Amino acid sequence: MDMLIISLTIFVLAIFVGVEIINKVPPTLHTPLMSGSNAISGIVVVGAIISAGGGEHTTALSTILGVLAVILASINIFGGFFVTNRMLQMFKKK
Amino acid sequence: MNSFINLCYLVSAVLFILGLKGMTSPKTAVRGNKLGAIGMTVAIVAALLDHNVLSYWWILIGLVIGGGIGYVWSKRVPMTSMPEMVAALNGFGGGASLLVAVASYIESQHTPLFASTPDWSIAMIASVLVGAVTLTGSFIAVGKLMGKVSDAKNVRLYKALVKLCAIVVLAGTVYFVMHPANAYLLIGVLGLICLLLGVLLVMPIGGADMPVVISLLNSYSGIAGAATGFILHNNGLIITGSLVGASGIILTGIMCKAMNRSLTNVLFGGSLAEQGGGVSKSESDAFYDGKVKQADADDLAMILDTASSVIFVPGYGLAVAQAHHATRELATLLEKRGIKVKYAIHPVAGRMPGHMNVLLAEAEVPYEQLIEMDVINPEFQQADVAIVLGANDVTNPAASDDPASPIYGMPILEVHNAKTVAVIKRSLSPGFAGIPNKLFINDNTLMVFGDAKEVQQRVIAAMNDL
Repeated sequence: MDMLIISLTIFVLAIFVGVEIINKVPPTLHTPLMSGSNAISGIVVVGAIISAGGGEHTTALSTILGVLAVILASINIFGGFFVTNRMLQMFKKK
Repeated sequence: MNSFINLCYLVSAVLFILGLKGMTSPKTAVRGNKLGAIGMTVAIVAALLDHNVLSYWWILIGLVIGGGIGYVWSKRVPMTSMPEMVAALNGFGGGASLLVAVASYIESQHTPLFASTPDWSIAMIASVLVGAVTLTGSFIAVGKLMGKVSDAKNVRLYKALVKLCAIVVLAGTVYFVMHPANAYLLIGVLGLICLLLGVLLVMPIGGADMPVVISLLNSYSGIAGAATGFILHNNGLIITGSLVGASGIILTGIMCKAMNRSLTNVLFGGSLAEQGGGVSKSESDAFYDGKVKQADADDLAMILDTASSVIFVPGYGLAVAQAHHATRELATLLEKRGIKVKYAIHPVAGRMPGHMNVLLAEAEVPYEQLIEMDVINPEFQQADVAIVLGANDVTNPAASDDPASPIYGMPILEVHNAKTVAVIKRSLSPGFAGIPNKLFINDNTLMVFGDAKEVQQRVIAAMNDL
């Protein structure tokens, strides 16, 4: 149960951090904010990597699901970061 | 080794937070995005060091396929299609969480002496539920954005089906928490119901409400990730998931406020046109009959020639007509003649938060000229000309002076206060709310019928001939 309390604490505090920061993002950058958050939500790739990496308890099915998850998450990561960069470059130049 | 890996996840979470912090100004945003990418690299390397990873081949294949698709997509997507891309990425994020949750359930059932706790079971169901709803809901949203999926008419039927699915999912969750072992069938059935639920939830939502839906699904994709973090006891995932969840919820709130509607009304009220709008063609004709003043590109060029300040008011129609480059050309010409130019951006103009800003940035409009609604509204009184480009409902004065109007109370751009209003529009067809626009029959309004891009090009040509 201790583990759960720690995780919940982190969860709640991170939401507060998120709200504080995101509220300061100007409307001009809302689209890059969304594609950027798409990119970082690709962090689920770390779970996918462990499922796809074939540890001692994996089965053929869980490996397949893991690989599919790696594919989806990396579309988010690469697509998200690159398209965000492309948009932000347009905002940068005058 | 395990502590080292967890420290790496902490580092990447901090980098994500700093990255998001960079997004608070266009000057620091590029650097912020790079910090985020570095954080992701740290996280991926840490995951590869995990002792559970025995074979790298499959991971590498997955990263190359997914990374390749993502890279090519990011380079080729036109800025007008950003809403579709973000909606699809929301779906992939949810889908990845769903797959990881199911894979980790299968692994847990093959782990000897695995003891599940109620919170693990709840996190498992939450991850499957939110992940599946995000996956299918996002793809219905993509279909609507592309104009391939139309709004469902029978809102009540969808509402009833959603309730039914919700009850089944709730019952299934309770059963799963009590009997979590070997529940493959239950997980499978719940997963399918949740996939269906995603479709049922988004189908009845009107096309005009897509900014809200995309923001909400963005939030869901984060929540699904956080739930997966609870399953895997991975704090990096929990932190990142909650950041994305918070971001999506805030944007959802901003969008709802800009439409003066509650989230429940957007999600379960059906489209605005059905909620009391939806005026018939003959009623609309009677409304406009004989009261509309027409002008052509030459007239507009003459008016602009004598103006000293002009405000452009872009809407979704600008994106459809791909007219943002023509707009920038016209603006440059005006500026060369010493005319002050600004752009008024309504929060729900376009199909996603910030859509107009990105389009105009692509056409190299400096972001300082893009002014938010609350700041620009008092300035319309001093403006000589307001040029409305493909915006409709967000300029309708009925929202502030006609309590019977279905959009009454919605904050609008007070375009009607400008000395002259030029509305460039193909026809008098209604906007998403399905109601006629009082702005079009005002004394100071001129309707210039035609495609936003072509009309502006003709205005540019006419101004050069003056």
